[in-house]
Amino acid sequence: MKAFKWSFIIAIFAYLYLPIGILVINSFNASKYGYEWKGFTFEWYAKLWENEALTQAFLNSLLVASLAATAATLIGTLMALALHRYRFPLKATASSLLFIVMMSPDIVLAITFLVIFIALGIQLGFWSLLIAHITFCLPFVVITVYAQLKGFDKYLLEAAQDLGASESRIFRLIILPLVFPAIVAGWLLSFTLSLDDVIISSFVTGPSFEILPIRVFSMVKVGVSPEVNVLATLLLAISLFLVTLSTLLLRRKH
Amino acid sequence: MNRSPILTLSNISKRFAAQEVLTDFHLTINDGEFFTILGPSGCGKTTVLRLIAGFEQPNEGQILLNGEDIAGIPAEKRPVNTVFQSYALFPHLTVFDNVAFGLKMAGVDAQNIAVRVADALAIVRLSDFANRKPHQLSGGQKQRVAIARAVVNRPKILLLDESLSALDYKLRQQMQLELKQLQRQLGITFVYVTHDQEEALSMSDRIVVMHNGQAQQVGTPREIYEAPRNLFVAQFIGEINVFDGEITRELGEYQYQALINGVEREIRCNHRFTAGDKVHVMLRPEDLRIDCRPNALERKGFPGIVLERNYTGQTLNSHIRLENGQTVMAHEFFDEDDPDFDYSINQKVGVDWVPGWEHVIPAERAGKS
Repeated sequence: MKAFKWSFIIAIFAYLYLPIGILVINSFNASKYGYEWKGFTFEWYAKLWENEALTQAFLNSLLVASLAATAATLIGTLMALALHRYRFPLKATASSLLFIVMMSPDIVLAITFLVIFIALGIQLGFWSLLIAHITFCLPFVVITVYAQLKGFDKYLLEAAQDLGASESRIFRLIILPLVFPAIVAGWLLSFTLSLDDVIISSFVTGPSFEILPIRVFSMVKVGVSPEVNVLATLLLAISLFLVTLSTLLLRRKH
Repeated sequence: MNRSPILTLSNISKRFAAQEVLTDFHLTINDGEFFTILGPSGCGKTTVLRLIAGFEQPNEGQILLNGEDIAGIPAEKRPVNTVFQSYALFPHLTVFDNVAFGLKMAGVDAQNIAVRVADALAIVRLSDFANRKPHQLSGGQKQRVAIARAVVNRPKILLLDESLSALDYKLRQQMQLELKQLQRQLGITFVYVTHDQEEALSMSDRIVVMHNGQAQQVGTPREIYEAPRNLFVAQFIGEINVFDGEITRELGEYQYQALINGVEREIRCNHRFTAGDKVHVMLRPEDLRIDCRPNALERKGFPGIVLERNYTGQTLNSHIRLENGQTVMAHEFFDEDDPDFDYSINQKVGVDWVPGWEHVIPAERAGKS
């Protein structure tokens, strides 16, 4: 029974992680096709570095991801604060609308964005991409920050007021330090989401502005080159790092 | 002791949406007293506290602090501080910074802050914990920090909202004692909110008993316990037996003959009654006497049978069903000379009391308790 349990667990983990493992290993494989191990090499990493189209796409991705994450974090944090602090009409509706954005299939969002951009006559490219990314990152920030706010004693703010703190001081001395980890976590989460997105991006960007996932997607159509393995490995490393960082931040005890 | 009023609430009404929480509420709190607002949950006691603190505004009425209307003054500018039920310590600040918070807001200079915070922490015996964070403290320690954080500002009134309810029994008893000592030491007016009548009786100089948004009775613990003004107060504070009776004859000043459970008895009270008035004759369980002499003719009081008897260590608590179906409770202390003192179930007994120990109020309801 015990043996069965363990083999079951191992099978599941193998199913989940073997493909990723193979991809990572192949990024160091001297063989161009990856069917057999021909020795360890950094050759593909060097090649990737020289591939200007790819590095440009990568830089574009970083630019969009950091801008989208920052904008989404600013708007999202303010929204979370409003949801937490104030009573206003349609408050429940506002928060469920966020969930709708979060739960909608990417393809639905993608089509929606496309239709809107065309209707408004917005040229597909950097700006359309940025707007789309901010939108789909937003609910994640709101929910992360809001969850943190809800986790605190609801009388903290009254306690600060009772001790003579004005509204702006309550914000600066109590609210901001308390939700800061969640704000950073929300930013990291948004950054990762934006960096990884293919479906929505492929609908709302044009030839003038190419980002990494789309570039990779088009490269893969003509066969998986070792550089793609390298790129995927790098993206994986970045994503893992950011997700771990955001988890650690949220877990940190006060 | 004669004290001057520090806080007066008059004609206060407070509504949340359609619900009226306080109705024409009046209260006067004296300077330097330990005042308790006691009542079941939902009676409006916390709302009274929040009105004084300034977290809520009354729909009608006046709140006077030292004769000055504080209606327009926001919570952060009122000279009162609150100890919250959940303590509400700032989790990201050390104990020192928590206690210093109010002083910093008031613009006190760093040197003075250090001295006053050290004093406050010494009073609550937490001097060694200044650099800890709240999550490193026990419940009782958090409680003390919350108190230090409030009293360090030298408020005119300290408000405590169910402050001990989160602590376990032993710690709660200890903190009750400490709170009372602290109050005496500081000389600040304490307004304490609780639903625990035992806590209220043991700590307070005066108590207001609240029910349905209104003050039922204001008085010292002794007055409230021994002379409850109505049935609600009587039954909320401790346990009580209520006998329904009817005045049959006036015997003298505040002395009447009354028919209780079919028996004529003499009663004493400080109400004016006339013959025919219905009354409640109330007796605490510890004021009842059980007569267990075997001869039924010799026994005094209302006849009944023992339904249940519980040994509590200090007292023997008996439930006795009287002949009219009413069940009464009697708590008797053990007698050193009679180690076998006990009753058997279904034993026939008489229930009596020492004349003059009864408390009589006009009847509020028909029927039997």
